[in-house]
Amino acid sequence: MNPLPSLMLAAGSPPVIPNYGGPPGGKHGCIARNGTFCWGWVKMHWGDILQPRLLEHLQLTAIAVGIGFALAFAMALLAHRKRWFETPFGTFSAFLYTIPSLALFQLLVPFTGLTVVTIEIGLVGYTLLILFRNTLEGLRSAPPDVLEAARGMGLTRTQTLRRIELPLALPAISAGLRIAVVTTISLATVAAYITPLGLGQPIFYGLQTDFTTEFVATGALAIALAIAADVVLVVAQRLLTPWARGGRLRT
Amino acid sequence: MASEGERSRTSAAEIVFRNVTKRYPGGRPAAVSDLSLVIPAGEICVLVGPSGGGKTTAMKMVNRLIEITEGDIFIDGQSVRSLDVIELRRRIGYVIQHVGLFPHMNAADNIATVPRLLGWSKTRIHERVRELLELVGLDSEHDGSRYPGQLSGGQQQRVGLARAMAADPSVMLMDEPFGAIDPITRERLQDEFLRLHREFRKTVIFVTHDIDEAIKMGDRIAILREGGVLAQYDTPDAILAGPADDFVARFVGADRSLKRLALKQLSDIELVPVPNGDRPPLPRVADSMTLRDALACMLGEGTRELVVVDKEDRAVGLCSVDQVAALLASPVTKVSE
Repeated sequence: MNPLPSLMLAAGSPPVIPNYGGPPGGKHGCIARNGTFCWGWVKMHWGDILQPRLLEHLQLTAIAVGIGFALAFAMALLAHRKRWFETPFGTFSAFLYTIPSLALFQLLVPFTGLTVVTIEIGLVGYTLLILFRNTLEGLRSAPPDVLEAARGMGLTRTQTLRRIELPLALPAISAGLRIAVVTTISLATVAAYITPLGLGQPIFYGLQTDFTTEFVATGALAIALAIAADVVLVVAQRLLTPWARGGRLRT
Repeated sequence: MASEGERSRTSAAEIVFRNVTKRYPGGRPAAVSDLSLVIPAGEICVLVGPSGGGKTTAMKMVNRLIEITEGDIFIDGQSVRSLDVIELRRRIGYVIQHVGLFPHMNAADNIATVPRLLGWSKTRIHERVRELLELVGLDSEHDGSRYPGQLSGGQQQRVGLARAMAADPSVMLMDEPFGAIDPITRERLQDEFLRLHREFRKTVIFVTHDIDEAIKMGDRIAILREGGVLAQYDTPDAILAGPADDFVARFVGADRSLKRLALKQLSDIELVPVPNGDRPPLPRVADSMTLRDALACMLGEGTRELVVVDKEDRAVGLCSVDQVAALLASPVTKVSE
């Protein structure tokens, strides 16, 4: 993400202080002085800049992780059944993961244009490795004696998967989702380079104009979003895996 | 015992091994060689032997966790090879050493697994789970809602036992079920299982490498040697009294006479009547004591006789060292029919 500011600065000729709203000096002197962080600006532009971008960002992330998870989950199920499939898909997703994000977006532009599709393809690509690895590891985490008992009791393979292996994979899957969500939230800021969507947009704008409040506030929002999403996932996992809370009642 | 008939819905089934052989590909020696056994309905047959003796392999061929290479196994006259493997397994209770409880299900849900697969009604499952938890000595209110991780090793194996018995199978396979449990809990679980078995009379195949456990648990013992060859198949008393060969004699141990004495209690033998009105100055022991312990007691106390008393502490007779020695020389007792 580092090479971006100069790149963007070169790209346009921004106003001196954009979106600054109110009159110079007076109540919002902070804005006129371009202070490090002006609450007044945040309050003034929550409704027209920050909140819409935050929602867009959330949407970008949810779609990317949703599609990424569906894909990775299906591939992990396949690799769980057919061991040989692990290496090709694992290698493919690892390869995607190593491509620098800006390069990947740029590579996609000739095919999908400066659109949200380009962004989502890129973001999905980056979730695959962690979601595939974690789901597969989770599916394989059922202890051998548990699987033997299941087989001996007459559970079919599908029943074993649904009733035993999938529930036991939940902690690993949720750990993967947490990483995928947090990295996607961070990575999605770069997406504004392609199309003005999400929290990346005010960040780039702020960087171009040297108006610090805009990118400080937006950056803080991105961080807050990542933390909030992580907390939601942790709570969801705890509710879904009550057995994994440790043996407090052990006698 | 009014509930007995009601509880044991399924009667036990006879299990027959007919010339069963298991060979793995790759030309290694057979794991089980030409094994033929008849396990009468309702009895506990213990498969015992050193590692490499194929005892677990032999057991797992019954529910086809391992496929038979040659020969066949019959449950109540039906060949296991002719049955649908999933259906077969649901009809057989299966208990393993490391229990294999499903960690994400509480004890009650673990026990309900097979009844659910069989499509029992909710109320019937609920009733059955409660009954089983109590049967294996757990609190149905409290322990039923606990996860395996919150139970001790002994409690886990109780749940494992209840889970295996859930759908009232006519056959149970137990693979070293008490092997990973501390000695005191193991002994209690063994006793409780024998008590349960007296009530339910399922046909049980029990695998262990511990000859003492085999003697204690088995109505019959099949001793397997390297390569899954049957060395001897008989009642514990008959095996201890007359080992078929050196291998069996070594396996059961040089103290086999003492082990044989442990099979009998003082109440099982004919005692010498106590002279009328006499109160001999001898150690007094309960009639529930085994002959082995009685002998140890006499040797320890430096006496050649004991007074045997019943539960009310009334003297019922005398037991002497000579009497015990004479019993060892007598012919073996057969399993009660």
